[in-house]
Amino acid sequence: MSGSRGHELAHLYDHPGPAARRRVLVASVLSVLVLVAVLALALRELGQAGQLDADRWTPLLSADIASYLLVGLRGTLQAAAVVAVLSLPLGVLLAVARTSPHRLVRVPAVVFVELFRTVPVLLLIYVMLFALPSYGINPDVLWKLAIPLVLANSAAIAEIVRAGILSLPRGQTEAGLSLGMRRAQVVRAVVLPQSLRHVTPSLVSQLVSLLKDTSLGYVVAFTELLYRAQVLTSFNRLLIQTYVVVTLMYLVVNGSLSFLAARLRARSDTPVPPPALATTPGAAVVTAPAHEEVRHG
Amino acid sequence: MDALTQHGDLIAEALGTTLLIAVLSTVGALVIGVLVTVARISPVPVLRGAAFCYVQYFLNVPLLALLLLAVFALPDAGLVMPLTTTVVVVLGLYEGAYVAEAVRSGVNTVAPGEVEAARALGMGFSQVMRKIVVPQALRAVVQPLGNVLIALLMNTALAATVGVVELTSAANRINNVLAQPIAVYASVGVVYMAMALGLGLMASRVEKRVAILR
Repeated sequence: MSGSRGHELAHLYDHPGPAARRRVLVASVLSVLVLVAVLALALRELGQAGQLDADRWTPLLSADIASYLLVGLRGTLQAAAVVAVLSLPLGVLLAVARTSPHRLVRVPAVVFVELFRTVPVLLLIYVMLFALPSYGINPDVLWKLAIPLVLANSAAIAEIVRAGILSLPRGQTEAGLSLGMRRAQVVRAVVLPQSLRHVTPSLVSQLVSLLKDTSLGYVVAFTELLYRAQVLTSFNRLLIQTYVVVTLMYLVVNGSLSFLAARLRARSDTPVPPPALATTPGAAVVTAPAHEEVRHG
Repeated sequence: MDALTQHGDLIAEALGTTLLIAVLSTVGALVIGVLVTVARISPVPVLRGAAFCYVQYFLNVPLLALLLLAVFALPDAGLVMPLTTTVVVVLGLYEGAYVAEAVRSGVNTVAPGEVEAARALGMGFSQVMRKIVVPQALRAVVQPLGNVLIALLMNTALAATVGVVELTSAANRINNVLAQPIAVYASVGVVYMAMALGLGLMASRVEKRVAILR
């Protein structure tokens, strides 16, 4: 994002001449002034409330508190790993089922995906917390968080993978079938490898939103980063400082994942070189446009 | 079910709160999203950098953490707002980043030739944005924007965790009285599904109406 001409949408304006350079300079100075003013106002507000005093920030650097929060971060990563490992296969399965020609397979998948895509995760968590225990189902606190997240995220992943499957040219499936492969074979050997590679960046982005979702551990009292932060604030009363530090921790972890997703996306946008010995030109090259989608948590 | 109708007032009020939060933060998110997108593709490097940081921050930090920060922590710095207002502001800022991502992928669909043609006609950056890029970018991303708005609706439920009595928290309260968890949560779930379905249908209809045939 740096450099005045190097970025991807540079065609939106002319190569700046002297007058345009002057205008950009003026706009830069003005926006710096505005940003600095906003920042200064916020800092002044914080300073007047005594929130910037060094003794309100240094406790967070102490080894005890850092390790206390890091244990929370470990819980976050652990929950995210459990949810990711379970919801990825489930999501792929649902996507395949939803694109199946058999109605008996397709309809349950449609119902599952649409149901868990349009019900808030928090509501599912409340069901785990307050509804199921009265029917004798009372799983461990990790599962009270993980099961709702798996349901919601597998539905989201199913939609991502389905988009990948649909963006594949139909000829791929038809060619597989005409070679005498069974439909299951076509899905396994032709459709999924290509479409999964295609949607990998979106799947990594979904991982970000999944990791953010684990902050709902705050509601079920599962030991993850946000829950630990909340417990910590009830002892040290350093609310602003603790929560700012925690959002920055999330930013670092998720920012790296987002960066990875952007790298993968940039790589998949560069055209695939044709294979050296392609007998039918173009057939082996995935021609469908990169499916860019906004995913969410 | 008839037990639920006794609490009709609470449900109606809570549904109203959910809708109020959803509508106000939708408006905020759309405005913020478009402005941030314009800043992100502007010729001014400082604005591009600021918009990039904004989007990355809100894309990568959990909404719940932001809500706790705004509701419980910021009053320590003397920033006190009514609870629902705080939720609307946080949700609008948060979803604004997602709107910006969606609109930016729409900007990519605007053909460079159109922008060049506009510039050849002598339009400046703001004119190119207002008349050529933003209208077409928005039309291209109606469906993704619909998905963002559905996610926004789902995220209004998080207001329950900071004490706003909206639909999810009302479900909890009613269940505390009735102790019929399955019936209560299922019917509230159906209400959310109906609203999301409505949004989805609306997005499809709007898309049909404004889509650019190429």
